[in-house]
Amino acid sequence: MSEALLVLADGSVFPGQSVGAQGTAAGEVVFNTSMTGYQEMLTDPSYAGQLLTLTYPLIGNYGTDERVEESARIQPAGLIVREAAVVPSHIRSHHTLREYLAERGVVAIEGVDTRAVTRRIRQHGVMPGTITTTETAEEALARLRNLADYDGVNWVETVTTDRVFDWAIPLGEGRYRVALLDGGVKRNIMRSLESRRCSVRVFPAETPAEDLLRMHPDGIVLSPGPGDPRLLDGMVGEVGKLIGKAPVLGICLGHQVAARALGAGTFKLPFGHRGGNHPVQDSVTGHVTITAQNHGYAVDPDHLDPAAYVSHINLNDQTVEGIALKTEPLMTIQYHSEACPGPLDNAYIFDRFVEMIATVRGGVSA
Amino acid sequence: MKPASVLIIGSGPIIIGQAAEFDYAGTQACKAMREEGVRSILVNSNPATIMTDLDVADAVYVEPLTVPVLERIIARERPEGLLPTLGGQTGLNLAVELAKAGILEKYNVRLLGTPLEAIRRAEDRELFRDMLAKLGEPVLESEICVTLDECVAAAETIGLPVVIRPAYTLGGTGGGMAFTMEQLRTVAASGLAASPITQVLVEKNLLGWKEVEYEVMRDGGGNCITICNMENFDPMGVHTGDSIVVAPSQTLSDKDYQMLRSAALRIIDELGIEGGCNVQFSLAPRKDVCDWQGDPDEPLPYYVIEVNPRVSRSSALASKATGYPIARVAAKIACGKRLHEIPNAVTQKTTAAFEPALDYCVVKIPRWPFDKFALGDRTLGTQMKATGEVMAIDRSFEAALNKAVRSLEVGGRTLLWEKPEWRTGAPLPLHATDERLWALMAALRQDVETMDLAHQTNGVDPWFIERLRNIVAMEKRLLTEPLHPDLLRAAKRDGFSDEMVGQLADRLPEQIRALRHEWDIRPVYKMVDTCAAEFDAATPYFYSTYETENEATPESGAGAVVIGSGPIRIGQGIEFDYASVHAAWALQSAGLRSIMVNSNPETVSTDFDTSDRLYFEPLDEESVRDIIENEGGDGDELPASIVQFGGQTAINLAGPLRRAGLPIIGSSAESIDTAEDRRLFERFLQDLGIPQPPGAAITDIEEAMKTAQAIGYPVLVRPSYVLGGRAMEIVQNATELVTFVAAAAEVAQGKPILIDKFLEGSEVEVDAICDGETVLIPGIMEHIERAGVHSGDSMAVYPPVHLDAEERQTIVDYTRRIVLGLGAIGLTNIQYVVLPRKEGEPARVFVLEVNPRASRTVPFLSKVTGVPMVQLAVSAMLGRKLKDQGYPDGAWPERNLVAVKAPVFSMSKLTGVDTYLGPEMKSTGEVMGIDRTFEAAVAKALIASDMALKPNAAILLSISDRTKADALPLVRQLGEAGYRLYATEGTSKMIEALGLQVASVTKVLSGSHPNVVDVIMEGTVQGVINTSENRYTGSLRDGFHIRRAAAEKRIPCFTSIDTARAAIQALANPSEYEVLTLREYVE
Repeated sequence: MSEALLVLADGSVFPGQSVGAQGTAAGEVVFNTSMTGYQEMLTDPSYAGQLLTLTYPLIGNYGTDERVEESARIQPAGLIVREAAVVPSHIRSHHTLREYLAERGVVAIEGVDTRAVTRRIRQHGVMPGTITTTETAEEALARLRNLADYDGVNWVETVTTDRVFDWAIPLGEGRYRVALLDGGVKRNIMRSLESRRCSVRVFPAETPAEDLLRMHPDGIVLSPGPGDPRLLDGMVGEVGKLIGKAPVLGICLGHQVAARALGAGTFKLPFGHRGGNHPVQDSVTGHVTITAQNHGYAVDPDHLDPAAYVSHINLNDQTVEGIALKTEPLMTIQYHSEACPGPLDNAYIFDRFVEMIATVRGGVSA
Repeated sequence: MKPASVLIIGSGPIIIGQAAEFDYAGTQACKAMREEGVRSILVNSNPATIMTDLDVADAVYVEPLTVPVLERIIARERPEGLLPTLGGQTGLNLAVELAKAGILEKYNVRLLGTPLEAIRRAEDRELFRDMLAKLGEPVLESEICVTLDECVAAAETIGLPVVIRPAYTLGGTGGGMAFTMEQLRTVAASGLAASPITQVLVEKNLLGWKEVEYEVMRDGGGNCITICNMENFDPMGVHTGDSIVVAPSQTLSDKDYQMLRSAALRIIDELGIEGGCNVQFSLAPRKDVCDWQGDPDEPLPYYVIEVNPRVSRSSALASKATGYPIARVAAKIACGKRLHEIPNAVTQKTTAAFEPALDYCVVKIPRWPFDKFALGDRTLGTQMKATGEVMAIDRSFEAALNKAVRSLEVGGRTLLWEKPEWRTGAPLPLHATDERLWALMAALRQDVETMDLAHQTNGVDPWFIERLRNIVAMEKRLLTEPLHPDLLRAAKRDGFSDEMVGQLADRLPEQIRALRHEWDIRPVYKMVDTCAAEFDAATPYFYSTYETENEATPESGAGAVVIGSGPIRIGQGIEFDYASVHAAWALQSAGLRSIMVNSNPETVSTDFDTSDRLYFEPLDEESVRDIIENEGGDGDELPASIVQFGGQTAINLAGPLRRAGLPIIGSSAESIDTAEDRRLFERFLQDLGIPQPPGAAITDIEEAMKTAQAIGYPVLVRPSYVLGGRAMEIVQNATELVTFVAAAAEVAQGKPILIDKFLEGSEVEVDAICDGETVLIPGIMEHIERAGVHSGDSMAVYPPVHLDAEERQTIVDYTRRIVLGLGAIGLTNIQYVVLPRKEGEPARVFVLEVNPRASRTVPFLSKVTGVPMVQLAVSAMLGRKLKDQGYPDGAWPERNLVAVKAPVFSMSKLTGVDTYLGPEMKSTGEVMGIDRTFEAAVAKALIASDMALKPNAAILLSISDRTKADALPLVRQLGEAGYRLYATEGTSKMIEALGLQVASVTKVLSGSHPNVVDVIMEGTVQGVINTSENRYTGSLRDGFHIRRAAAEKRIPCFTSIDTARAAIQALANPSEYEVLTLREYVE
């Protein structure tokens, strides 16, 4: 077991042991409070450019299983845990988490007081950090000072699909045709649509609206993804053209992009919302559900188009969790109705989306 | 709709399966009601609870929990609502009975929390299955069968293997598992034969499946959340109360976790519960434990095993494991609040509508009573046997487990403990018993393979076994490597105590402590904040861990540490938690910060808002010293400790704390020593001229023989420094002496054994409070059973009924002189024996025992006298004078009431344990009967403790020769009162001689039927009076079967003539009893 260091931009140093690949990784240090679902988190594209700290101390207990991956690769630059299991136990497990990380060349550290790291981030906000198995703390800190600003990078470009593809049910064979704009989509969004018998065609994030509309979508899904939505002016412009053409469901980054297209602004949260326990209230019904969340930015509703309203709020900090149009079929949510990881309470959002399509289509299936 | 007033039903006495968790739940609920502006009316028969304090609820009834009593309370109080979900199964059952009897309707009382229909659907087997089927949840295949053919057909439908469960047999006898059809025929036949109604349940066998629970909540708006999930270390088959439990689950993937979570939420929503609910699942870990043919992409198979539509033991554990106050929130929901309208008391920013995120691992281990009942059946199964539990928190499973084991207080046993015979090749008990954890450790030390152990334990998950292996690996390192800072830090991170490290690395614990300080290896304390540090929380609830950042930084203002009492066990029950809680409150009202240390998740003391700071830690020297040092910070001001309220656990720390130079307030360690060291105490009493039964402290059998010979038999043998009369015995001759001295020596752990002349008189007990000048005696209690029955198992009466003025005066005088002479500050408990005397003779009062600490009678006496005993004791310790607070020297005026404290046993749950009353304590809880007359108070105490004889019942008598003379008047009374009498051979001759009708029943079990066991089991008799001489005479052995049968049939069984006499006296003079609030009685 080799030594590793976690160094934060504020100069704090946490020695530990390497449990992944050798080398150095840097990124914005964030934390997630979910107690299960490390592999789903590791393959969530929204973690691009970040070092993921898991607050639950015992990670890797049930090993890894390719079938639960949410994308084709490990997305965060590195992983920070208190302890990564050496011997996992689960019938689905093929490899240990350590093997999984090492084989995919991801740097990871264990033995860290992750609660101390979390408290630091909560108090001072997210900050750059680095995990290294090769450098001294001084070297690492010096390098951190020259690191590109996380907020200045268009991370969507790094995770979006480079070509159009169809998911599962071929176009024409499903009940509805859904176009999905991929800003860093998780597979369970596509699986959720598939299980509702939708054909899904996935487009690169910067696809012009007219190219996308050429498939005559019955519905449009704007996917989650990493980074600052303020860098996505192009996407915002195209989404603006899509609104009104077909029912729209925006999730996470997709929600932020749609909100910007409807006049709202976005801002960076001090330390984001990442976990599986955030209460969200439907502002129409008053009903509260527990949601899975992973976002560092939120929508500022001040200049929201009067045709739209805030449909959901976060009960912890009252931030916007969803918007909808009063008369048009559009709904967006800041949280992850696709779960994976997290509670399955919000799968109904996909039902609602399909109902929206059905209403528009007059219940006629393709 | 907010009700104006709500009746809350408590859970009654502490019994196995229903312990302090319901005091915690009820107390929280009453506080919540007050916050909501709802008038709370509480009824509970258990006086040892915080919830029955005068100021917790708005009206408190300490009355028997029966339908007639509850109806009278409802008629008096006219509550708008009834909240039955916080009083365990007792509360729920009573609510159902009240509804069935039409009482709720008659008085227009609304059932809050759980609808009646939900209770039925959760508890009725068929309705439960219908509900699961409706929700599309898997239903565990089972069928009720009454013939062998039906069993075979059922097994064919369900598929082998199956479990056969005979209906209405006790301790599950006659059932078993069948893996082949041949086995099925054998087991089913014996099961049908064992069942008194010839009925068995044939059920799919879940051997080797995991057991997982979810604590869920729902509000009136249909919002559902999960508080916590928990995974049992012990797989299916062991009662969850008897399982080692971890929170959160460790071996469930997110898919597994969410699948079961969603199912739990669907169930609570379908039941329409407004409050908390517990859902238990079994989950197949692998294909080889079930007939699962599905492809590996499908979810793992599971079953819903049980639903508790109420707050439970698991919810108390979940509350402490997460910091989320389930009972408090449930009470507010019952008052009409929605989850998001209830503030989160921990973060004070967010609301109750969220799911706690843990950033630590929690381990719970049950505390079993087998250290007291060596002959009890240690096998764990579907009948819970533990009396209490401990919990530990740390950042790894290994550390949490090690700390939990340290918290158990089973003879100082750590995870290193092994049974001596295991080292000499005896088979390791890897099946489910209380010793399995240690047996697994022993197997790992012998390098047994993980999968072998998983199979031999019928499914302990390999993950847990591997974690135990990590601990064994650390043991080996400590045994072989030289101790260096990295190794010591690693061992501490695995939860090894200094003592364990010392034992392995061949050093004294104190040397390890010194090394730790030299190498700067100290624990830090982290907060239990419900949110994994995501929000800035204000809760003062901490656990220790060896990490980098300390969150429990010293706070300004003087404080004191209250040492709690650890797990509930026989001899050290909820009474000591009651005292600890009051000590914390007393410190606060004196303007000091109260710092609580305890390891018991069930209690009020470990509620995070009871004290200013809560350390959830083992109550051993190392933990307590670390906490005191942490509280002191860098300064030299260390907080003082209070060791007087946490029972023997706390008092045993007095010496170590003094040796470590740490301050103690209250009685000094020296006064404690004087009271507990036989030689010092004898000299002390001689100097005061106060008599005690002659005796001596001895260390070997030779001395014992000499002493016994000198003072004459019978003698009382007991180890010093133990509570609950452990290994205490009345010995009649030298042969017995040898046996019992050996038994006592084992328990005494090197400390001396006491041998005293046994004086058979009436026993009297006194609690006194002293500030160094004034001695206040709130009350004198007289025991109904004569000396020889442990005080904790005796019925106690306040005020005494048989003592004359001179005897009382003598007791007050002795008490004053002893307390002042000892220099005891705070509480002292003294037990006396008063011998009969002739006219004109002076009072014959002897001192049996002096304990300079709070006793188990403190809550009882505080309640019936109105004297806030713990409050006064703490203020005395802090230097305030009793006189300045308006309390006199000497006896406090007697109240115009009679209160009887009666013990409650859990004997039906402990197969193989003899129930006879003796010097070793056996009861698990207590009730109080309070009224204006002795008869009414006794009657209530008996009703509340399920010991009341029904009028005109049939009673079986088996009276030993020695007690026959005493029994005569009693038998006559029974006969005259119209009881039908059955008796064993000798006893029936005695009864016939009285000219009464009696049916003779043989006690020879192998002979003709019906025998004594038959008449009990078949319901011919509804009560038993059985006395015997002592453990080694024939009468005791014969009586064993009678007593066990009575215990299992749950009918009253009196093993002391004195208890029986009181019971019959109460019955013979049936006076109308009152139903009044505690305040009405006392004031």
